[in-house]
Amino acid sequence: MIVGNRKEFGEILEKLGSRRRVLVLGCNECVTVCGVGGEREVGVLASELRLFWQKEGETFEVKEHTLERQCDYEYIDSIRPFAGDYDVILSMACGAGVQYVAEAYKPQLVIPAVNTTFLGVTLEQGVWSERCQGCGNCILDMTGGICPIARCAKSLLNGPCGGSSGGKCEIDKDTDCAWQLIIDRLTESGQMERYEEIQPVRDWRSGRDGGPRRRVREDLKL
Amino acid sequence: MSYPSNVKVVKIPCTGRVDVLLILRAFESGVDGVYVAGCMEGECHFLRGNIRARRRVEYAKRLLDEVGLGGGRVEMFNMSASEGQRFAQCAQEMTERVRSLGPSPVRKGKGVLP
Repeated sequence: MIVGNRKEFGEILEKLGSRRRVLVLGCNECVTVCGVGGEREVGVLASELRLFWQKEGETFEVKEHTLERQCDYEYIDSIRPFAGDYDVILSMACGAGVQYVAEAYKPQLVIPAVNTTFLGVTLEQGVWSERCQGCGNCILDMTGGICPIARCAKSLLNGPCGGSSGGKCEIDKDTDCAWQLIIDRLTESGQMERYEEIQPVRDWRSGRDGGPRRRVREDLKL
Repeated sequence: MSYPSNVKVVKIPCTGRVDVLLILRAFESGVDGVYVAGCMEGECHFLRGNIRARRRVEYAKRLLDEVGLGGGRVEMFNMSASEGQRFAQCAQEMTERVRSLGPSPVRKGKGVLP
């Protein structure tokens, strides 16, 4: 899932400036699961705004609404009857959702309330960890199901580096060395010959270095 | 044994039911302070309800600090069901604290645009 962090309240206030008619817009997908932008978090942020502005003696209107997804037009379109009643849409979706809402409701101001951080997994309730960087050329079959792009601090394709110590990465004693994990996994599964294969310099055009990516499936088009 | 009449009790099945939104909504409705009275830690019938409540109270404190109401207006107390005296004592302690902080600057319905 896409994982994010909510922006600090002060930063959100600063971005809102003098605008007081605010539509706080949540998303029922990834940001709900990682506890940052679902219906509940919309309620918390809206409540914070109301408390702050009531305290300041200001007049305001804060509406709470959560879409099934902010990355699909049909859901975004459902707020058209009332979206225009607000000075600003404060989106609690990931960056993709914020942009798609902004695109659908131009020239209305759309502000992000969340910092989108990574593609990851739930380690336990309340703890998430990065697993994928969407590089567009998956090599997990060669690395024992552990991604060196996302999980090695240097994204090394032929690791580990000299910063690996006791199975941990030099950047942080709580961060596993991805290449130690890869070696352990390849050993366990009897595939250490994979480790002997030197990976050539990678063509990063499948990732972000090739510019914004787009995918088309002609068979799915209407 | 008595406790201050300004304290209004909201019954919940377990403090694990306490959500930060319940606390924020209470402040939106104009209360001056909120405290959660849970069972003793380690004695929760649902195992960790009161531990989770404490964490949520800590989170609510941070949110109240952010909006400028002050985290001191919310607190968590632990007591066993048989400690009526402790219940009254906590009610008194929280009342005194909130009184020293003064009335909440938030008043219900104030400032809403038509």
